[in-house]
Amino acid sequence: MSEPIIRVSALNKIYEGGFQALKQIDLDIQRGEIFALLGPNGAGKTTLISVICGLVNATSGQVVVDGFDNQADYREARSRIGLVPQELTNEAFETVWNTVNFSRGLFGKPPDPEHIERVLKSLTLWDKRHNRLITLSGGMKRRVLIAKALSHEPRILFLDEPTAGVDVGLRREMWDVVRQLRESGVTIILTTHYIEEAEEMADRIGVINNGEIVLVEDKAALMRKLGSKQLALHLHEPLDSVPLALAAYDLQLAANGSELIYTYDASRTGGAEGQESSTISALLADVEAAGLVFKDLHTRQSSLEDIFVDLVKER
Amino acid sequence: MNLYPVRAIYMAELSRTRRTLLQSIVSPVISTSLYFVVFGAAIGSRISEIDGISYGAFIVPGLIMLMLLTQSVSNASFGIFFPKFSGSVYELLSAPISYLEIVIGYVGAAATKSVVLGLIILATAGFFVPLEIAHPLWMMTFLVLTAITFSLLGFIIGIWADGFDKLQLVPLLVITPLTFLGGSFYSIDMLPPFWQGVTLFNPVLYLISGFRWSFYGTSDVSLAASVAMILLFLGVCLALISWIFRTGYRLKP
Repeated sequence: MSEPIIRVSALNKIYEGGFQALKQIDLDIQRGEIFALLGPNGAGKTTLISVICGLVNATSGQVVVDGFDNQADYREARSRIGLVPQELTNEAFETVWNTVNFSRGLFGKPPDPEHIERVLKSLTLWDKRHNRLITLSGGMKRRVLIAKALSHEPRILFLDEPTAGVDVGLRREMWDVVRQLRESGVTIILTTHYIEEAEEMADRIGVINNGEIVLVEDKAALMRKLGSKQLALHLHEPLDSVPLALAAYDLQLAANGSELIYTYDASRTGGAEGQESSTISALLADVEAAGLVFKDLHTRQSSLEDIFVDLVKER
Repeated sequence: MNLYPVRAIYMAELSRTRRTLLQSIVSPVISTSLYFVVFGAAIGSRISEIDGISYGAFIVPGLIMLMLLTQSVSNASFGIFFPKFSGSVYELLSAPISYLEIVIGYVGAAATKSVVLGLIILATAGFFVPLEIAHPLWMMTFLVLTAITFSLLGFIIGIWADGFDKLQLVPLLVITPLTFLGGSFYSIDMLPPFWQGVTLFNPVLYLISGFRWSFYGTSDVSLAASVAMILLFLGVCLALISWIFRTGYRLKP
């Protein structure tokens, strides 16, 4: 595996009042990936991003960006990063064109109107380039923040809650933008409250809680490992209790006895389809042998949201 | 040093000035003109000459200094306070830019605006009183040094302030009284001996006195004392700003 584009080592942040927001964080972000950082409110997501980007001083530990220490070589490190903050923070009376060009200059790059034009067009902001920011909708302002972050051609893009307060249609458009950016070689780290967003977009997922990284895992592997599956049988006649003949399957009754639920761990089956289906075949045969008739059946797999809630609850 | 970020900040600040031209330039010019009408023409005509200079002409350097100090402080403080207030300071702090470049951008823009304003007021004064500038180079030196020094002070205030009320506190409660009591409208020779002694503790007196010397060749304190005082001010402000950026005071938690 190539050298990570960001390496966070033994990072701690204790705020003035004594609150420890980050506890001994170790994290590697790989080149070209979309990494989703999940965590409940106050978990330390924004503090972690802020330390990496230079907005907050770390108490101890090290952040290396593309081989450059973000303190000792801050110019090199920061020039590689674009940050889209959570809040819609803008110079309200400035125009889109001016504010995006300002950002490019601020990051030490010479003017490049062609690049800014490309960025604005890719974010469908070109028609609004002469508009003052105060006149834009929330979604458009969010796009302006992305355009500002992309103005200096960063290799890494931090998106802190990129689709907060954005309607569903616009959210999907944002996801497309993020995917296009990844295709162009930009590494993307996003924090989000929308588990659906992480599930939809991320290659890897990190969960942070109480200032600690709870896990970092490939998304598909995570869902395989921690996701549980359920088979629900809709019975013709409701039951008072689970028949003794089916006790081995640890079934539950639901919907006033008219649903028989079989829960199994995806990790137990290890994704081996043969083993999984043979267990289910045996169950169905035993159900029939017990004289139960079902009129319908369906399966469901736990979502990332369920996994996340379970993980955070465990802590 | 990378000049692109300095230029970006400098031009953005000047662009803000252009957007707010009325309150940035026109209103200080109008208020200064009123001073000339009231103190120069109406009251000044009843006051005898000071050191051989008509009262209207005598107050010109003081009035320019008054505007220079208050405008430098308010321009620079607002320049850095507003990004803090709006949250857009995140961009400044995450940019690959040194503290020196940030200060040059913001303070340079504020000082430029103040110097331009000072020159406009000087030109305005020419409509009301006959003007002579004995030492134009010194006059420009004082103008530029004072604008830079007080823009640095404004920058510090902008970082320190956590609300609009605090932003106004120092200009209203410190700068304006010190300027009024620092010989803007009088020579300290006109005060009783005790108050002459007290006035010598007012640092603004040295700035106004030096500036007035560059116009008329007369001053309340020596030129060397005036230059030393402004350099001392400059040094203190630079030391404070250096400490602010080293510690991240009110910028980085």
